Amino acid sequence: MIGLGHFLAVGAILFVLGVFGIFLNRKNVIVILMAIELILLAVNINLVAFSVFLGDMTGQAFAMFVLTVAAAEAAIGLAILVIYFRNRGTIAVDDINQMKG
Amino acid sequence: MIAIFVFYLFATLVVLSGFMTIFARNPVHNVLWLILAFFNAAGLFLLLGAEFLAFLLVIVYVGAVAVLFLFVVMMLNIDFAELRAGISRYWAIGGVLAVVLLFETLAALLAWNEGGIQIAGRAPTPANVPNIEALGAILYTRYLFIFEAAGIVLLVAMVGAIVLTSRRRGGLRPQNVSKQNRRRPEEATVNMKPGVGQGVEL
Repeated sequence: MIGLGHFLAVGAILFVLGVFGIFLNRKNVIVILMAIELILLAVNINLVAFSVFLGDMTGQAFAMFVLTVAAAEAAIGLAILVIYFRNRGTIAVDDINQMKG
Repeated sequence: MIAIFVFYLFATLVVLSGFMTIFARNPVHNVLWLILAFFNAAGLFLLLGAEFLAFLLVIVYVGAVAVLFLFVVMMLNIDFAELRAGISRYWAIGGVLAVVLLFETLAALLAWNEGGIQIAGRAPTPANVPNIEALGAILYTRYLFIFEAAGIVLLVAMVGAIVLTSRRRGGLRPQNVSKQNRRRPEEATVNMKPGVGQGVEL
Protein backbone atom coordinates (compact mmCIF):
# COMPACT_ATOMS: atom_id res chain seq x y z
CA MET A 1 0.00 0.00 0.00
CA ILE A 2 1.16 3.52 -0.71
CA GLY A 3 2.10 5.25 2.53
CA LEU A 4 3.46 8.56 3.65
CA GLY A 5 7.03 7.40 3.06
CA HIS A 6 6.47 6.99 -0.67
CA PHE A 7 5.30 10.57 -1.11
CA LEU A 8 8.09 11.89 1.11
CA ALA A 9 10.61 9.98 -1.02
CA VAL A 10 9.27 11.60 -4.19
CA GLY A 11 9.47 14.99 -2.50
CA ALA A 12 13.03 14.34 -1.35
CA ILE A 13 14.17 13.29 -4.82
CA LEU A 14 12.56 16.35 -6.42
CA PHE A 15 14.13 18.65 -3.82
CA VAL A 16 17.59 17.20 -4.42
CA LEU A 17 17.09 17.48 -8.18
CA GLY A 18 16.28 21.17 -7.74
CA VAL A 19 19.37 21.81 -5.64
CA PHE A 20 21.50 19.89 -8.13
CA GLY A 21 20.03 21.95 -10.94
CA ILE A 22 21.09 25.18 -9.25
CA PHE A 23 24.63 23.88 -8.97
CA LEU A 24 24.75 22.53 -12.49
CA ASN A 25 23.33 25.52 -14.38
CA ARG A 26 25.16 28.18 -12.46
CA LYS A 27 25.31 30.58 -15.39
CA ASN A 28 21.74 30.37 -16.63
CA VAL A 29 19.33 32.33 -14.44
CA ILE A 30 16.23 30.97 -16.17
CA VAL A 31 17.11 27.36 -15.35
CA ILE A 32 18.01 28.42 -11.80
CA LEU A 33 14.53 29.92 -11.43
CA MET A 34 13.01 26.71 -12.78
CA ALA A 35 15.07 24.69 -10.29
CA ILE A 36 13.69 26.88 -7.50
CA GLU A 37 10.19 26.11 -8.77
CA LEU A 38 11.04 22.40 -8.57
CA ILE A 39 12.23 22.82 -4.97
CA LEU A 40 9.01 24.60 -4.02
CA LEU A 41 7.01 21.85 -5.72
CA ALA A 42 8.83 19.27 -3.62
CA VAL A 43 8.01 21.26 -0.49
CA ASN A 44 4.37 21.35 -1.56
CA ILE A 45 4.30 17.58 -2.06
CA ASN A 46 5.69 17.12 1.44
CA LEU A 47 3.17 19.53 2.97
CA VAL A 48 0.19 17.93 1.26
CA ALA A 49 1.35 14.38 2.05
CA PHE A 50 1.76 15.17 5.73
CA SER A 51 -1.54 17.06 5.73
CA VAL A 52 -3.43 14.09 4.34
CA PHE A 53 -1.76 11.35 6.36
CA LEU A 54 -1.97 13.26 9.65
CA GLY A 55 -5.55 14.38 8.96
CA ASP A 56 -4.69 18.04 9.44
CA MET A 57 -5.87 20.68 6.95
CA THR A 58 -3.19 23.17 7.99
CA GLY A 59 -0.68 21.59 5.63
CA GLN A 60 -2.86 22.20 2.60
CA ALA A 61 -3.53 25.80 3.61
CA PHE A 62 0.20 26.41 3.85
CA ALA A 63 0.83 24.62 0.56
CA MET A 64 -1.46 27.25 -0.96
CA PHE A 65 0.59 30.05 0.58
CA VAL A 66 3.79 28.46 -0.74
CA LEU A 67 2.16 28.40 -4.16
CA THR A 68 1.31 32.11 -3.88
CA VAL A 69 4.82 33.09 -2.90
CA ALA A 70 6.28 30.92 -5.66
CA ALA A 71 4.15 32.63 -8.28
CA ALA A 72 5.12 36.09 -6.99
CA GLU A 73 8.78 35.10 -6.92
CA ALA A 74 8.69 33.84 -10.49
CA ALA A 75 7.03 37.04 -11.73
CA ILE A 76 9.52 39.35 -9.98
CA GLY A 77 12.50 37.20 -10.92
CA LEU A 78 11.57 37.17 -14.58
CA ALA A 79 10.89 40.92 -14.55
CA ILE A 80 14.36 41.55 -13.12
CA LEU A 81 15.77 39.18 -15.72
CA VAL A 82 14.08 41.09 -18.56
CA ILE A 83 15.38 44.52 -17.48
CA TYR A 84 18.84 43.06 -16.81
CA PHE A 85 18.91 41.62 -20.31
CA ARG A 86 17.71 44.94 -21.71
CA ASN A 87 20.58 46.75 -20.02
CA ARG A 88 23.43 44.29 -20.50
CA GLY A 89 22.46 42.05 -23.40
CA THR A 90 23.29 38.88 -21.48
CA ILE A 91 21.93 36.96 -18.51
CA ALA A 92 25.13 35.18 -17.41
CA VAL A 93 25.13 35.12 -13.61
CA ASP A 94 28.90 35.52 -13.47
CA ASP A 95 28.66 39.02 -14.94
CA ILE A 96 26.25 40.28 -12.28
CA ASN A 97 28.75 42.18 -10.16
CA GLN A 98 27.82 45.80 -10.76
CA MET A 99 26.93 46.35 -7.12
CA LYS A 100 30.27 45.07 -5.87
CA GLY A 101 32.00 47.80 -3.89
CA MET B 1 -4.11 -2.03 -6.85
CA ILE B 2 -4.76 0.64 -9.44
CA ALA B 3 -3.83 3.33 -6.91
CA ILE B 4 -0.38 1.77 -6.52
CA PHE B 5 0.11 1.64 -10.29
CA VAL B 6 -1.03 5.25 -10.72
CA PHE B 7 1.20 6.41 -7.88
CA TYR B 8 4.27 4.81 -9.41
CA LEU B 9 3.36 6.19 -12.83
CA PHE B 10 3.03 9.76 -11.54
CA ALA B 11 6.05 9.47 -9.24
CA THR B 12 8.30 8.12 -12.00
CA LEU B 13 7.13 10.75 -14.45
CA VAL B 14 7.51 13.64 -12.02
CA VAL B 15 11.06 12.58 -11.15
CA LEU B 16 11.93 11.98 -14.79
CA SER B 17 10.57 15.33 -15.93
CA GLY B 18 12.29 17.08 -13.02
CA PHE B 19 15.51 15.44 -14.18
CA MET B 20 14.95 16.58 -17.76
CA THR B 21 14.06 20.12 -16.57
CA ILE B 22 17.61 20.42 -15.38
CA PHE B 23 19.44 18.51 -18.07
CA ALA B 24 17.62 19.39 -21.30
CA ARG B 25 19.83 21.43 -23.63
CA ASN B 26 17.13 23.56 -25.20
CA PRO B 27 15.60 26.06 -22.72
CA VAL B 28 12.18 25.75 -24.35
CA HIS B 29 12.35 22.01 -23.67
CA ASN B 30 13.31 22.84 -20.07
CA VAL B 31 10.08 24.77 -19.63
CA LEU B 32 8.01 22.05 -21.29
CA TRP B 33 9.48 19.39 -19.01
CA LEU B 34 8.72 21.66 -16.05
CA ILE B 35 5.09 21.79 -17.21
CA LEU B 36 5.00 17.97 -17.38
CA ALA B 37 6.43 17.83 -13.85
CA PHE B 38 3.66 20.13 -12.61
CA PHE B 39 0.98 18.02 -14.29
CA ASN B 40 2.27 14.85 -12.68
CA ALA B 41 2.57 16.53 -9.29
CA ALA B 42 -1.07 17.56 -9.70
CA GLY B 43 -1.83 13.89 -10.33
CA LEU B 44 -0.06 12.99 -7.09
CA PHE B 45 -2.14 15.59 -5.26
CA LEU B 46 -5.31 14.12 -6.73
CA LEU B 47 -4.19 10.70 -5.53
CA LEU B 48 -3.76 12.15 -2.04
CA GLY B 49 -7.24 13.63 -2.12
CA ALA B 50 -6.19 17.28 -2.25
CA GLU B 51 -8.23 18.17 -5.33
CA PHE B 52 -8.24 21.93 -4.89
CA LEU B 53 -4.45 22.14 -4.72
CA ALA B 54 -4.17 19.85 -7.74
CA PHE B 55 -6.35 22.17 -9.82
CA LEU B 56 -4.59 25.21 -8.40
CA LEU B 57 -1.28 23.69 -9.47
CA VAL B 58 -2.51 23.19 -13.02
CA ILE B 59 -4.16 26.62 -13.25
CA VAL B 60 -1.51 28.74 -11.53
CA TYR B 61 1.66 26.94 -12.52
CA VAL B 62 0.90 25.57 -15.94
CA GLY B 63 -1.46 28.38 -16.88
CA ALA B 64 0.51 31.33 -15.59
CA VAL B 65 4.02 30.68 -14.32
CA ALA B 66 5.18 28.21 -16.95
CA VAL B 67 3.73 30.35 -19.74
CA LEU B 68 5.57 33.34 -18.25
CA PHE B 69 8.79 31.33 -18.38
CA LEU B 70 8.06 30.35 -21.95
CA PHE B 71 7.46 33.99 -22.90
CA VAL B 72 10.73 35.13 -21.36
CA VAL B 73 12.74 32.31 -22.91
CA MET B 74 11.35 33.04 -26.35
CA MET B 75 11.43 36.85 -26.04
CA LEU B 76 15.04 37.26 -24.98
CA ASN B 77 17.65 36.56 -27.59
CA ILE B 78 20.07 34.60 -25.45
CA ASP B 79 23.02 32.50 -26.53
CA PHE B 80 22.29 29.43 -24.44
CA ALA B 81 25.22 27.45 -25.77
CA GLU B 82 27.57 29.95 -24.16
CA LEU B 83 25.74 29.68 -20.86
CA ARG B 84 26.28 25.93 -20.85
CA ALA B 85 30.01 26.24 -21.37
CA GLY B 86 31.34 25.57 -17.88
CA ILE B 87 28.80 22.93 -16.97
CA SER B 88 31.28 20.06 -16.63
CA ARG B 89 33.18 21.91 -13.91
CA TYR B 90 30.20 21.85 -11.58
CA TRP B 91 29.33 18.18 -12.07
CA ALA B 92 31.56 16.84 -9.32
CA ILE B 93 30.77 19.20 -6.46
CA GLY B 94 27.09 19.40 -7.37
CA GLY B 95 26.80 15.63 -7.63
CA VAL B 96 28.50 15.05 -4.27
CA LEU B 97 26.27 17.61 -2.58
CA ALA B 98 23.16 16.15 -4.18
CA VAL B 99 23.98 12.59 -3.11
CA VAL B 100 24.77 13.70 0.45
CA LEU B 101 21.54 15.70 0.63
CA LEU B 102 19.50 12.80 -0.75
CA PHE B 103 20.94 10.37 1.81
CA GLU B 104 20.29 12.85 4.60
CA THR B 105 16.66 13.32 3.67
CA LEU B 106 16.12 9.59 3.19
CA ALA B 107 17.74 8.97 6.59
CA ALA B 108 15.28 11.44 8.07
CA LEU B 109 12.56 9.40 6.38
CA LEU B 110 13.80 6.21 8.01
CA ALA B 111 13.84 7.96 11.36
CA TRP B 112 10.23 8.94 10.73
CA ASN B 113 9.33 5.33 9.97
CA GLU B 114 10.91 4.19 13.23
CA GLY B 115 8.30 5.98 15.25
CA GLY B 116 6.12 8.87 14.21
CA ILE B 117 6.26 12.14 16.07
CA GLN B 118 3.09 12.77 17.97
CA ILE B 119 1.70 16.10 16.88
CA ALA B 120 -1.51 17.50 18.19
CA GLY B 121 -3.82 18.10 15.25
CA ARG B 122 -4.29 21.82 14.76
CA ALA B 123 -7.14 21.67 12.29
CA PRO B 124 -8.49 18.13 11.97
CA THR B 125 -9.85 17.20 8.57
CA PRO B 126 -13.63 17.11 8.87
CA ALA B 127 -15.24 13.88 7.70
CA ASN B 128 -17.69 13.77 4.78
CA VAL B 129 -16.81 17.28 3.63
CA PRO B 130 -15.32 17.98 0.18
CA ASN B 131 -11.71 19.03 0.11
CA ILE B 132 -12.45 22.52 -1.22
CA GLU B 133 -15.05 23.14 1.48
CA ALA B 134 -12.72 22.01 4.25
CA LEU B 135 -9.89 24.14 2.90
CA GLY B 136 -12.12 27.18 2.56
CA ALA B 137 -13.48 26.73 6.06
CA ILE B 138 -10.00 26.84 7.54
CA LEU B 139 -8.63 29.47 5.15
CA TYR B 140 -11.28 32.09 5.86
CA THR B 141 -11.34 31.62 9.63
CA ARG B 142 -8.13 30.53 11.26
CA TYR B 143 -5.74 31.71 8.55
CA LEU B 144 -7.65 34.79 7.39
CA PHE B 145 -4.81 37.23 8.07
CA ILE B 146 -2.22 35.05 6.38
CA PHE B 147 -4.62 34.74 3.45
CA GLU B 148 -4.86 38.52 3.15
CA ALA B 149 -1.10 38.82 3.52
CA ALA B 150 -0.79 36.43 0.57
CA GLY B 151 -3.03 38.77 -1.39
CA ILE B 152 -0.80 41.72 -0.52
CA VAL B 153 2.25 39.72 -1.61
CA LEU B 154 0.62 39.12 -4.98
CA LEU B 155 -0.35 42.80 -5.31
CA VAL B 156 3.19 43.95 -4.53
CA ALA B 157 4.59 41.42 -6.98
CA MET B 158 2.24 42.60 -9.70
CA VAL B 159 3.00 46.31 -9.15
CA GLY B 160 6.71 45.56 -8.88
CA ALA B 161 6.80 43.57 -12.11
CA ILE B 162 4.93 46.31 -13.98
CA VAL B 163 7.12 49.11 -12.59
CA LEU B 164 10.29 47.17 -13.34
CA THR B 165 9.52 46.28 -16.92
CA SER B 166 7.61 49.31 -18.18
CA ARG B 167 9.82 51.89 -19.77
CA ARG B 168 9.17 55.27 -21.31
CA ARG B 169 10.65 55.40 -24.75
CA GLY B 170 11.71 58.80 -26.07
CA GLY B 171 11.27 59.99 -29.62
CA LEU B 172 7.80 58.62 -30.04
CA ARG B 173 4.98 60.82 -31.38
CA PRO B 174 1.82 59.18 -30.14
CA GLN B 175 -1.66 60.10 -31.25
CA ASN B 176 -3.14 63.04 -29.31
CA VAL B 177 -6.78 62.09 -29.13
CA SER B 178 -8.11 65.19 -27.38
CA LYS B 179 -6.35 67.47 -29.86
CA GLN B 180 -7.90 65.53 -32.70
CA ASN B 181 -11.34 65.78 -31.15
CA ARG B 182 -10.97 69.53 -30.64
CA ARG B 183 -10.43 70.17 -34.34
CA ARG B 184 -13.28 71.89 -36.16
CA PRO B 185 -13.90 72.11 -39.92
CA GLU B 186 -13.23 75.87 -39.89
CA GLU B 187 -9.62 75.52 -38.81
CA ALA B 188 -8.95 72.33 -40.68
CA THR B 189 -10.06 73.34 -44.19
CA VAL B 190 -9.55 76.52 -46.21
CA ASN B 191 -11.36 77.51 -49.37
CA MET B 192 -8.85 78.82 -51.90
CA LYS B 193 -8.83 79.72 -55.53
CA PRO B 194 -5.26 79.32 -56.80
CA GLY B 195 -4.39 80.86 -60.10
CA VAL B 196 -2.83 78.89 -62.93
CA GLY B 197 0.95 78.34 -62.49
CA GLN B 198 1.11 79.87 -59.00
CA GLY B 199 1.26 76.68 -57.02
CA VAL B 200 -0.35 76.25 -53.64
CA GLU B 201 0.41 77.81 -50.30
CA LEU B 202 0.86 75.30 -47.46
